[in-house]
Amino acid sequence: MARKDPGPQVDRRKFLTGVAAAGAATAAATMSTPVTRAAEPAPAARVPSALPPSMHVAQAETGTPREPARVPGIPGSDFMVDVVKTLGIKYLPANCASSYRAIHESLINYGGNKQPEFLTCMHEESAVAMAHGYFKVAGKPLMTLCHGTVGLQHATMGIYNAWCDRVPVIVVGGNDMDAATRPPGVPTFHSAQDINALVRDFTKWDDTPVSLQHFAQSFVRAYKIAMTPPYGPVMISLDAGLQQEPMKDHGEKPYVPRYVPTAPPQGDSGAVKEAARLLAAAQNPLIVADRAARTPNGMRLLVQLAETLQARVIDQGGRMNFPRTHYLSAPPTAVSSADVILGLELSDFWATVNSYTDNAGNGGIGTNSTRIKRDTKLISISSVELNTKANYQDFQRFQVIDVPMAGDAEATLPALIEAVKAAIPNDRKGAIAARGEAAKKAYTEGKERTRAAAALGWDASPVSTARLCMEVYAAVKDLDWSLVASEGNVSNWPNRLWPMEKYHHWLGRSGGYGVGYGAPASVGAALANRDLGRFSVSIQSDGDLMYAPGVLWTAAKHKIPLLAVMHNNRGYHQEVMHVQRLSNFRNRVANYGGDMGPVGTRIENPDIEYHKLAESMGWWAKGPIKDPAQLGPALKEAVKVVQAGQPALLNVWTQPR
Amino acid sequence: MSTELRFALVLAGILFNQAATAAGSAEKGKAAYVQHGCWQCHGFAGQGGVTGPKLAPNPMPPEALSAFVRNTRGAMPPYQAAILSDGDLADIHAYLLSIPKAPDYKSIPLLNH
Ligand code: HEC
Repeated sequence: MARKDPGPQVDRRKFLTGVAAAGAATAAATMSTPVTRAAEPAPAARVPSALPPSMHVAQAETGTPREPARVPGIPGSDFMVDVVKTLGIKYLPANCASSYRAIHESLINYGGNKQPEFLTCMHEESAVAMAHGYFKVAGKPLMTLCHGTVGLQHATMGIYNAWCDRVPVIVVGGNDMDAATRPPGVPTFHSAQDINALVRDFTKWDDTPVSLQHFAQSFVRAYKIAMTPPYGPVMISLDAGLQQEPMKDHGEKPYVPRYVPTAPPQGDSGAVKEAARLLAAAQNPLIVADRAARTPNGMRLLVQLAETLQARVIDQGGRMNFPRTHYLSAPPTAVSSADVILGLELSDFWATVNSYTDNAGNGGIGTNSTRIKRDTKLISISSVELNTKANYQDFQRFQVIDVPMAGDAEATLPALIEAVKAAIPNDRKGAIAARGEAAKKAYTEGKERTRAAAALGWDASPVSTARLCMEVYAAVKDLDWSLVASEGNVSNWPNRLWPMEKYHHWLGRSGGYGVGYGAPASVGAALANRDLGRFSVSIQSDGDLMYAPGVLWTAAKHKIPLLAVMHNNRGYHQEVMHVQRLSNFRNRVANYGGDMGPVGTRIENPDIEYHKLAESMGWWAKGPIKDPAQLGPALKEAVKVVQAGQPALLNVWTQPR
Repeated sequence: MSTELRFALVLAGILFNQAATAAGSAEKGKAAYVQHGCWQCHGFAGQGGVTGPKLAPNPMPPEALSAFVRNTRGAMPPYQAAILSDGDLADIHAYLLSIPKAPDYKSIPLLNH
């Protein structure tokens, strides 16, 4: 560790008074109006704990903060950087904020802006979503810094998505805790008793360290908790005083605990055996996977289990769980014929085996029906059962399961595969092989139906979503491609038609369906792919991009190559349909207000020129493309640009879904 | 107008006459299809997608279409006469009839990688 000299002991109160005096004196000089309070520091006892911010003070606080020329000793935030560096965190996407200025300064000057490298973001939500997308490619978490109040308020939706998508993100919020000494005005508006409370319902853990040693333990602990399945975001509140003060010597040097990853939890061995018995004896076992494969190895294990049983697999697509080119890959409707269903890390088991129809039935609340046979046995392996909270309802409707296991699916698969092999009696082997043959036939027929459906509207303008997706695939198929986000519902064509086989071919979705994930998560994932020499492509929807389009600038600034092909249907289309639905239920003509859908749901009149928006932020861009014949040639050009290292966007006007 | 479309419209006329309804206009139907929001779930070309099944080519006969659109209790929100007139619905049917057959997917290189 870098720290050799613990430095002089500085009393925090005196230290901050000094800073305030120096800062205010400078401000007073430049504003040529004397600020009597600060120019001559009053004895500590007479300073009230909270002064009303005078105009001068407020001006001084919103202006550039002045530090004394030299603060004696080693800054606490330098030690924090030492701690962060032990964890190999490569990037730090963040929007700058004064409440973390001390660690910011340490990161770029003391830490050399390496491990982590600061990436300039224009919105905290973008920073969190970048970390979210990055993890799903790299398998390593990033940290972000933000103002503990206003910045964290911006970041929350991104954190909720990461929570629902079981992705680790280390969020650190600056906060000046000491009400008696923190500067009045803006910094006090930006302080809170307990900033972590804002996100406690959707983070795995949080802490507020009050000493540097405490910080070292908390930061390593936060990393460890975030990285233990089920993964999830964590939050650290970082006191401004603790960052800014020099290190104190209490006779012991702070140490940095070593990070040792925790082994993931496995399903109980008895339950694994019972599950294997049911699966081996089943006539028609089915596997359903959502976030089962945490790593490429998870995919390999799932293929092994499926082939051992010749069981079809429905990949719900929370991650890339199962190759779409495998004959055992099955559509969601396959649940209806199963007698045993194994659910792996399902975010919604209820909706896997039941359906809900949003109609006027049941007094207007919609109707429910089962999608499975009466006696179908259900098995579940889910680590999320170990980490359920009460407030936010991401645990979904309650589903009774016959063999429920609290454990990580990927970690449990090796034991389950062995148990299944042991449980298959010799006389079942012929029947199991025959099941495989039937699956091959169903797979081939299904693919043909899908292709025939994709041909419908092939030459339509605006461009059909099937055409959009297949033109994009044709443009990237010879590269080591990664579809980094496909927000905006293109009728699931990439999953139905692209030959996805590798873990990075598909990264799943946002998790919490908070719109605004697509653009920043794509940029984060593209960053990880850039470092691995892969080509990143996203299908970018219009509404999603407009939440925080500044992330386009971040991509250009940090030279993150990404091909963003827009699915621009000129509306918040889910809501277009929702309001139409309600209008029909109520037998009222939907008021379109001169647009093509209900008032408040369309993004037209005027149309947004996304290509110009992207161009203005350093992207190569083209559009609007409405004629499908123009798409292929434009894609060719765009791919070349991205291969040369620049991000590129095509604004394509598309069919709604 | 393509011969296929002309034929389709003639056919539509016959069907509608049989049902003792005025023949719909494909052109007006195209506008009504957008104006009443059918495109939202079925696509502008009636091609369908995750939000609704395909409606064209070969739409269901006009009586069946009308019965479905007015009375369905399934995943599609019904349109009663107060919000969608019989005339508009007949035009929508004519529009759906006018939509040409899609190319065979086997003839589309992008669907045969
Ligand atoms: C909010 C979405 C939505 C809108 C708007 C909508 N539909 Fe539908 N439509 C559906 C869905 C979903 C189904 C499938 C229903 C089912 O299977 O019960 C469907 C089914 C149909 C069918 C039956 C197709 C078949 O082959 O079984 C017809 C015909 C139809 N719609 C016509 C229309 C027309 C005409 C309009 C406009 C006046 C319209 N729809 C507007 C969602 C919609």
